[in-house]
Amino acid sequence: MAHPDASNAPLRTVPLDALHRELGGRMVPFAGYAMPVQYPDGVLAEHAGTRNRAGLFDVSHMGQVRLTGPDPAAALERLVPGAIRALNPGRQRYTLLTTESGGILDDLMVANAGDHLFAVLNAARKDADLAHLRAHLPELAITVLDDHALIALQGPAAAAVFAPLAPDSADMRFMDARTMDVMGVPCFVARSGYTGEDGFEISVPAEAAERLVRALLEHADVAPAGLGARDSLRLEAGLCLYGADIDTTTTPVEADLAWTIGKARREVGDFPGAEVILAQLRDGPSRRRVGLRIDGRAPARAGAEIVDDSGAVVGRVTSGGFGPTMGGPIAMGYVPARLAEPGTRVNLRVRGKDLPARVATLPFTPPRQQKGRP
Amino acid sequence: MSTLYYTEDHEWIAVEGEAATVGITDYAQKQLGDVVFVEVPEAGKTLAKGDEAAVIESVKAASEVYAPASGTVTEGNEALGDAPGTVNDDPMGDGWFFKMTLEDPSELDDLMDQEAYDSFVAGLE
Repeated sequence: MAHPDASNAPLRTVPLDALHRELGGRMVPFAGYAMPVQYPDGVLAEHAGTRNRAGLFDVSHMGQVRLTGPDPAAALERLVPGAIRALNPGRQRYTLLTTESGGILDDLMVANAGDHLFAVLNAARKDADLAHLRAHLPELAITVLDDHALIALQGPAAAAVFAPLAPDSADMRFMDARTMDVMGVPCFVARSGYTGEDGFEISVPAEAAERLVRALLEHADVAPAGLGARDSLRLEAGLCLYGADIDTTTTPVEADLAWTIGKARREVGDFPGAEVILAQLRDGPSRRRVGLRIDGRAPARAGAEIVDDSGAVVGRVTSGGFGPTMGGPIAMGYVPARLAEPGTRVNLRVRGKDLPARVATLPFTPPRQQKGRP
Repeated sequence: MSTLYYTEDHEWIAVEGEAATVGITDYAQKQLGDVVFVEVPEAGKTLAKGDEAAVIESVKAASEVYAPASGTVTEGNEALGDAPGTVNDDPMGDGWFFKMTLEDPSELDDLMDQEAYDSFVAGLE
């Protein structure tokens, strides 16, 4: 998920724009789109509803892309450190577009859809990503699925709610992704999400999206949830927001995303930024993204300085706010490697005051995806 | 019987003689969304009109509550520390932020009355 932009260009609308307004969604500019930040129930209720039952998110602003060609997986591996060729048909993986200096251009989901790859890009990055993909992978046909909505159904009730509408979804496990009928309409469905919960992301033709969403919302366990809850859920789940927690100045190793680098890819080192990234894997990075728990109730937001026990500013908070499930303020940020151990005391400087905090293990909330065969 | 005044920053101030109570309006709490943290001033603090008097953090962002008039704080609403959501549930009542003694009640002349504030808010929607 990416950071909002602040441009004054006219906002683009998603296929479900009218439905969001009908549901009382408060529409705000996000990455060039008018998107619901919350509905009348509010962020705390939407967050809790997703953790306890199911939340329905419209993420149609994200870029849905089809990569077609002779060997799209081999081609894409020229731009990402993830093991894309090793991805079996029907499986999806989280990966990173890296720069020659080891920074991160975007984080994305890539699925092996059989005869093509299906990728989901951050809304704020999709134009830049497409230009990058087209410039470096000229042998691939890159199609943007502008005529599809993307719906995320997230939470412990998601599977039971979705199965009657999409019987083929019942046996999926986390990161399975394939085309199936949903209410009789072919959709590309992934058992994944960005909340730390079990759930599905459904790429549905725009003209069928409203019927699907209304059917899902009819269920007593499902409530619409906006970008506000999406942000607090992903923060509790320890997941990165592009433009805040990761960008071209952070490497996958610093960002604690080294797990996304394939084993064989490390041995060969044939991805952009390999020299820097492999050196950091070998020697350890000088700084690391960590979780931060604040002792009191005052939240520390992105940009707050992280201060060590000598009073020196050693880093900054990159995401921060109130963790509804935690019942208190939580944050993520970069600290020097010597301070990255969970339990280490630091202070977060907010409005001139140093708030006592300690480094915490990520994720803050236990992950509850459907990792095994259901 | 107190008289209510409003600021363009969506604070309300209920005045009875020189004693006043300050909070934020229903419009303000709706715009902020769920309030998760409030920091109120301590008794004895002197405030000039327009000073940052309190901090309010919602699920979305941090914002400030400004002093609608000059004076001395007589009480901060400490109950908000453990129950910041009271600002959402009862912004004009139990969700008050602080009480103060006014230094110069004539400063209130610049503020809006109920009717003026209602049309000010209507113009924002």
